[in-house]
Amino acid sequence: MSLEDLKEELSKVVEPTAISPRDHDKDGCLLEIRATVDQVESVAKAARQADLFLESITATDFTNGPQVIYHYNSFVTISRVLVRVPLARGDSVPTISNVYDAALWYEREVFDLFGIRFDNHPDLRRILLPEDADFHPLLKDYGKVHAFRSREDIYG
Amino acid sequence: MANEFLEPITEQTFYLNMGPQHPSTHGVLRLFLKLDGEYIVEADPVVGYGHRGHEKMAESHLYEQFLPNSSRMDYLAGLIFNHGYVAAVEKMASIEVPQRAEYIRVICAELNRISSHLLWFGTYIMDLGGFTPFLYSFDDRENILDILDRVSGSRLTYSYCRFGGVARDLDDEFIKATREFIDRLRGRWNDYHNLVTKNVIFIHRAKDVGLINRELALRFGCTGPILRAAGVGYDVRKAEPYSVYPEFDFEIPTGTTGDALDRYMVRLQEMEQSLRIIEQALDRLPEGPIRSAVPHKVRPPKGDYYFAVESARGALGYYIVSDGTSYPYRLKARVPSYGNLQVLTDVLPGTLVADTISILGSIDIVVPEVDR
Repeated sequence: MSLEDLKEELSKVVEPTAISPRDHDKDGCLLEIRATVDQVESVAKAARQADLFLESITATDFTNGPQVIYHYNSFVTISRVLVRVPLARGDSVPTISNVYDAALWYEREVFDLFGIRFDNHPDLRRILLPEDADFHPLLKDYGKVHAFRSREDIYG
Repeated sequence: MANEFLEPITEQTFYLNMGPQHPSTHGVLRLFLKLDGEYIVEADPVVGYGHRGHEKMAESHLYEQFLPNSSRMDYLAGLIFNHGYVAAVEKMASIEVPQRAEYIRVICAELNRISSHLLWFGTYIMDLGGFTPFLYSFDDRENILDILDRVSGSRLTYSYCRFGGVARDLDDEFIKATREFIDRLRGRWNDYHNLVTKNVIFIHRAKDVGLINRELALRFGCTGPILRAAGVGYDVRKAEPYSVYPEFDFEIPTGTTGDALDRYMVRLQEMEQSLRIIEQALDRLPEGPIRSAVPHKVRPPKGDYYFAVESARGALGYYIVSDGTSYPYRLKARVPSYGNLQVLTDVLPGTLVADTISILGSIDIVVPEVDR
């Protein structure tokens, strides 16, 4: 699937202004999508439709709330799509494990390390940390970190 | 007394903990299996025993300070993880790398890939009950460890790459030893095939066992030899070329059905392709500096970056968020074994416990890489 087709597929589920091209040679991604929590699932479905696989789900913590990042890529051509979902603290995200099984573990990891809950996830347990842990270590107010910044600080 | 006995067990299924200290789990992995007789009904791989928090460590360390951590995630392909991290930061900070250094990195990364595959070969066959091939493959692997030890100073957790180049230059002895090793390993393929590939017991243990097709791989995000065994020629070295890989002539071996035997064949063929890359790189090794001038502290511009390389087990990606300082704001390693291990939850149900060993071995996971 070409980049234009992919864009078209994705613009059915998010506003065209939310899709911005990125320079693969510079930062490794072709497209960046700013999605809202409600769009997460439909973006995943569009990605599956476009024969992409889920490369990773991760998050980053900011002073004004965490941000969940999805990476999709293709087995055929370079088409890494980065989906950025800014959250308010305490927000939960709908699961995409009904679209991609890989999300079952990735979402468990994000829950484990950041405490972000995924709605309707069938098995949201801790994965890397012990079951009885009472902290989420990748939050910036845990342990030693160099800086704790706001989203705007980094993305402008 | 009799009424103190427990109620008789009437349920048909029961649970079995395979691991965390089971010899065939290669690291501290626990497979929580729900069994119906000898058949698996449900499988739940339990990971995290080796969680060291590398991603958290990155947030309080300089980019340079995190360098040795990278090779400790996957200790069998440490140099490739090291290379990936260094290349990611170089791309972020627009650091030029001399051509000779790129060649050296590729030579060492491919040697590391072979050593990882050789270890997999020996242990996989040993899991299936054949002890002799293990001795052969470790004998060969020892050569690589000596060669890499000579140039990097360590045998396993290499931290050989530096921002803008490599730590030490290759000498004639290294080149001679590597060429000798190439000839030696090529002379071994016959032994390997005679000992294992043509062995009827091995074929019965591997053929049509643990089928992973393209659809399943896509759902679980499997990459590497597992995906290629399913007939998909996806290799980051070709699909998203980095370093000087486009300059070499090599093929991406693929399988057809995606069973354990295909995965075995793909890895054996991959070693031969790695030898080809090393040979070409040695032939064309350019003269020149091995390190460019790099500022004492690397300060990549603000933004987020993703950089992928092909590790011995599949696509490895570094996602790094920079806030413009010399410390990464967030560093995430997308490790290939994560998806490759998770696929077990779908592959194992319906198979025999004995096949679990074969499937797990053929998938070639490194658990500390999953745990990070």
